[in-house]
Amino acid sequence: MQAFAELLDRLSTAPGRNVRLDLIAAYLKSTPDPDRGYALASLAGDLKLRAARPSMIRELVAERTDPELFRLSYDYIGDLAETVSLLWPQDRTANATPRLSEIIGALGAAKRGEVPDLVAGWLDRLDPTGRWALLKLITGGLRVGVSGRLARTALTRLGEADLSATEEVWHAVEPPYTALFDWLEGRAERPSLAEAMTFRPLMLAHPLEAGEQSRLDLADFRAEWKWDGIRVQLVLRGGEGRLFSRTGDDISTAFPDLMQTLAGDAVLDGELLVMRPDGIGSFNDLQQRLNRKTVGAKLQAEHPVGIRLYDILFDADRDCRYLPFTERRQVLADWVARHASPRLDLSPLVPATDWDRLAEARADPPHPAIEGVMLKRADSPYQAGRPRGLWFKWKREPHRVDCVMMYAQRGHGRRSSLYSDFTFGAWRGDALVPVGKAYFGFTDAELKELDRFVRNNTVDRYGPVRAVEQSLVLEIAFDGVNRSRRHKSGVAMRFPRIARIRWDKPAAEADHVETLERLIA
Amino acid sequence: MAEGKRLNWLEPRPGGLYCIPGDFYIDPMRKAERAIITHGHADHARPGNNHVLATHETIAIAEARYGSNAGRSFQRVRYGEVTRIGDVSVRLVSAGHVLGSAQVVLEHGGERIVVSGDYKRSRDPTCAPFEVVTCDAFITEATFGLPVFRHPPASAEVGRLLASVAAAPERCHLVGVYALGKAQRVIALLREAGYSDTIYLHGALQKLCALYQRLGVDLGDLAPVAGLPKQALTGRIVLCPPSALADRWSQRMPDPVTAVASGWMRIRARARQRGAELPLIISDHADWDELTATIRDVEAGEIWVTHGREDALVHYARSLGLEARALSLVGREEDGDTETEMEEAGC
Repeated sequence: MQAFAELLDRLSTAPGRNVRLDLIAAYLKSTPDPDRGYALASLAGDLKLRAARPSMIRELVAERTDPELFRLSYDYIGDLAETVSLLWPQDRTANATPRLSEIIGALGAAKRGEVPDLVAGWLDRLDPTGRWALLKLITGGLRVGVSGRLARTALTRLGEADLSATEEVWHAVEPPYTALFDWLEGRAERPSLAEAMTFRPLMLAHPLEAGEQSRLDLADFRAEWKWDGIRVQLVLRGGEGRLFSRTGDDISTAFPDLMQTLAGDAVLDGELLVMRPDGIGSFNDLQQRLNRKTVGAKLQAEHPVGIRLYDILFDADRDCRYLPFTERRQVLADWVARHASPRLDLSPLVPATDWDRLAEARADPPHPAIEGVMLKRADSPYQAGRPRGLWFKWKREPHRVDCVMMYAQRGHGRRSSLYSDFTFGAWRGDALVPVGKAYFGFTDAELKELDRFVRNNTVDRYGPVRAVEQSLVLEIAFDGVNRSRRHKSGVAMRFPRIARIRWDKPAAEADHVETLERLIA
Repeated sequence: MAEGKRLNWLEPRPGGLYCIPGDFYIDPMRKAERAIITHGHADHARPGNNHVLATHETIAIAEARYGSNAGRSFQRVRYGEVTRIGDVSVRLVSAGHVLGSAQVVLEHGGERIVVSGDYKRSRDPTCAPFEVVTCDAFITEATFGLPVFRHPPASAEVGRLLASVAAAPERCHLVGVYALGKAQRVIALLREAGYSDTIYLHGALQKLCALYQRLGVDLGDLAPVAGLPKQALTGRIVLCPPSALADRWSQRMPDPVTAVASGWMRIRARARQRGAELPLIISDHADWDELTATIRDVEAGEIWVTHGREDALVHYARSLGLEARALSLVGREEDGDTETEMEEAGC
């Protein structure tokens, strides 16, 4: 555990990708199995632990520290794991530090009620860095600047295999990946993928940057609508099916209505949407089906889901990923024709002969669940990751409104000393009503200015929150508006971010709540 | 001192901490007729005072920084030497913060108040150790006044720096340190750890390092960075003020490992904000354990807490049954952890 803790600690301040890669590769080379496999799974976000809830950690620390001192410390640091790791009373008589594999094993075997004592025992045996790493590990979300892809890139330094070969095997093996290490280090054959109903890494698109159009010849591309659902991969084999999220999580059990109806033998790529006989539902509709532990019959009936398909990776045993897009598209169309279902359909192509007409179609799409246009090179293979120059997403222009900053709160992590989370309001009559919260969209330099504004214009304090003089107009960009019962204003913006700080604009000229209400889908 | 009675002959004023029967300020924030200066950091020793009482070393530091603006007339004292000002007896005792740093011990009408200035209890080869003086009221700093601040031994942090130097000989190690105190302490600790190579200095650090050496602190072989070709610094340790780390100046270093030596490096978010690849937790301020131990050691019935995170320390002192309050002195930002504050206070 100590070596893993030191790795996380160094990663948390490592300045760039190469330094991170060096650190991870050095750790993998010097750490035995199975600890390194668990560490890698944790870095890649693939470690399925019975996560400890923050409330449990809080209770443990409350038994050992003065609550007022804890509150002041947490308020100041803004990170629970770090606060607890530093506040935890050092036990100088403690035994040797636990191994990472010991921790994973014990957590897997423990009954729920036994977890707090286990965690407390480990915290006693670790130093502050070790405690921080343990808490990050068991509460999920290491946030040390390492993506799954970066972790797997570090893996390739162990042997001769390249990244795409490594990635493919990755999804067929489970932590602690002993078979994967054996293969990479030349001690065993490549693990078999044939029978496994595994997730295959997705191909992702780059945003189409302003000015990029002139460098791209539309004749080389095919266009599709960009659907506002969630990206999924459907794996069908031998009468069984699995549905994976874009990160490879198996989400099949949340959608029994869909999974029961499917048959065939293929790996398909598409968008999960609410599909009713009368058409596609909005993202708001789909949200009713997401992140639920149980899915009742009523919910399934009222919000039936289906998949709008746009790519095929395998047709039975035929690997289609090396075919050009246009050929894959034909294979996919044939497959859909052979497997007719009200739950599956083919995402149509959008005519794209010139940029102006495509821009018009993008600005005024035929359905509210469309959030833009996808452009895919006609000759593009299905290449995992985000390869350059092959696929582009061209989202609709966001909506914009002018709002007024009302409250600010200190950020977390890197931004914990700055006021970086802003609540803003719009006018209803002659009073401002909060309509949303944003914590990004600004540059570091702008953040410093916003922070200064908050400090110099505080009119009231509620714990970590400051009410500010209602004078600063923020231009908010957002992707849509839903009706909301949780917000006093009755509206909730999707993906709000600060587009511009309007130091020049008087607060009285900001927008009214009615402007937002008119945008509700 | 009678139960429940509050000492009333020292008070916070807009110009600083003011002693009524002696008619002087301690570390005044505005120009004062008569000032006692605890130590040479810019947030305590300000230019333009008329008559200044301080240790010999503190006055030497103020003169090195402000020249003829350091004060009109000086009274240089030794630790322990007693001076009478008006109806007050004044004595400076060592604070262990930086060279020449002092606590101010004031006695009047049978009562004793100790103003700590900035202090630490951990070892520092470049200055005299903190001396405990029991008193009726103790005015303590609280820069690191939260229980999350527990500094590891500075020698262990310097060990981490040397381990990194050994592990990356093809890179240069650029260490951000405050010019007064931290720079010299880090150098002295490197020497104690057996590092005998030349240590290279940013121009802003040279004057005070030279002054320390003149005042008898051995820092070994030092040389300026200026004028050296880039490759000459490969594998070397270079010290600079923290502000220079993000400056164009630092681009002259060959592939530097950026280190920052500061008590704030305990907090990862601070380390990341400062771009510290190698955060070193080395502070010249007392950590939580030192602050709370000192509150117990001085046996004062009344604790005043100033500059820093006062709330937690006030809470702690009250939990011991002591009278405690936060003194808000004008001129100190509530957080005290902005870039400039850190630089000036030498945290």
